[in-house]
Amino acid sequence: MPSTRDIRRRIKSVKNTAQITKAMQMVAASKMRKAQQAALNGRPYATLMNEVLAEVSFNSGDFSHPLMEKREGGKRAVIVVSTDKGLCGGLNGNLMREAAKCDRDTTIYITAGRKASQFIARTKRQLAAEFTYKDAPLFSEARAISKFAQELFLKGEVSRVDILYTNFISTLNQKPEMRQLLPVGEIKGVTAGIQSQAKEEKLLKGSTEFVFEPGAEQVMGALLPHSLNFQVYQILLEAKASEHSSRMVAMKNATDNAKQLIKDLTLEYNKLRQANITKELLEITSAAMAMS
Amino acid sequence: MAATLKLEIVTPEAKTYSEDVDMVTLPGVEGEMGIYPQHVPLMTQIVPGEISVRKGGQDFFLAVGEGFVEITGDRVAVLTDMAIKAENIDELKAEEAKKRAEARLAEKISDEESALVSASLVNSLAQLKVKRRGRH
Repeated sequence: MPSTRDIRRRIKSVKNTAQITKAMQMVAASKMRKAQQAALNGRPYATLMNEVLAEVSFNSGDFSHPLMEKREGGKRAVIVVSTDKGLCGGLNGNLMREAAKCDRDTTIYITAGRKASQFIARTKRQLAAEFTYKDAPLFSEARAISKFAQELFLKGEVSRVDILYTNFISTLNQKPEMRQLLPVGEIKGVTAGIQSQAKEEKLLKGSTEFVFEPGAEQVMGALLPHSLNFQVYQILLEAKASEHSSRMVAMKNATDNAKQLIKDLTLEYNKLRQANITKELLEITSAAMAMS
Repeated sequence: MAATLKLEIVTPEAKTYSEDVDMVTLPGVEGEMGIYPQHVPLMTQIVPGEISVRKGGQDFFLAVGEGFVEITGDRVAVLTDMAIKAENIDELKAEEAKKRAEARLAEKISDEESALVSASLVNSLAQLKVKRRGRH
């Protein structure tokens, strides 16, 4: 049986924890709003870019670009976009489970975010490069990652590049997602389910040949790397939005749990206190009775 | 037959413009080009400059940065890193940004940074150009 003092001490420590998680929740909530806004604002551009790219690559005839070249066999690079800090629920855990599914021998990893590099180091997988990105991802950070991946691909060291990230669906729902980055072929929407079946059908029907100005080579040469950079940028934004949402929810749960615990402990404390008072009263009265 | 074009101007930050218009003039890499409805499908790049839009007999202007344009018979999709409507341009701010960029370029900086700064410089120049048109 714990004494009243023990319980009081316990309540105090839980209260402290609750205060910390509450503060983290507030911080995450304000960051979340910004990150979500950024991710949502980038989506129209990403969608349009994908549409344009899909239409153009579909209608450009026999034109091909080194970044579109399909190669069999060889190694595969996976860019893992994780968070820097923990305490964000199952976000990183889910992501790493996906990452671990790739074949150990033929996969080399490129990481963005500290948690991913730690995971790759711990499981002794091949790490090609580590990148970091800030709380508000910069386009130059995305460009660095995408440039590195493109160089790997163009040098022939890998025949395929995928990117693994947490797609932001809603505040309560984020899902790890693997997307093929290179070779550029099938282009899918960077955001969940935007590219619909109908659009694909429309693509197949409309067989308009595009005129390129100044030339297909120049336009595609500029468009492809830019669109890859932008895809990576949008993915960083999505990952950030997921991280802050997930952290906010995790911290809210922690705060709620702590509050519940405080409530239970307070009840127990009061019961114990009451019992002690009753016991004392009993002792006094019985002593008084014995005296008389 | 479509008598109007659907003009969409999108930047990474937001969708700036999405309306049906009669005609668009774009700053292409090989010079200005005017796009009417039923244009042949065209894919091209644009340079920082101004887009003028004709809608219902009136002209509207926007300052745009570098980007890509996809034209189909009834749609013009502009993907660019900057797009500001003429009435929203802050002349003082653009002027200041221009001066800042010029000062920065005069210093010794790395190639990558100078590319970045000159990109922002041409963007502010484009804004100023759009804002000051018709005043000379």
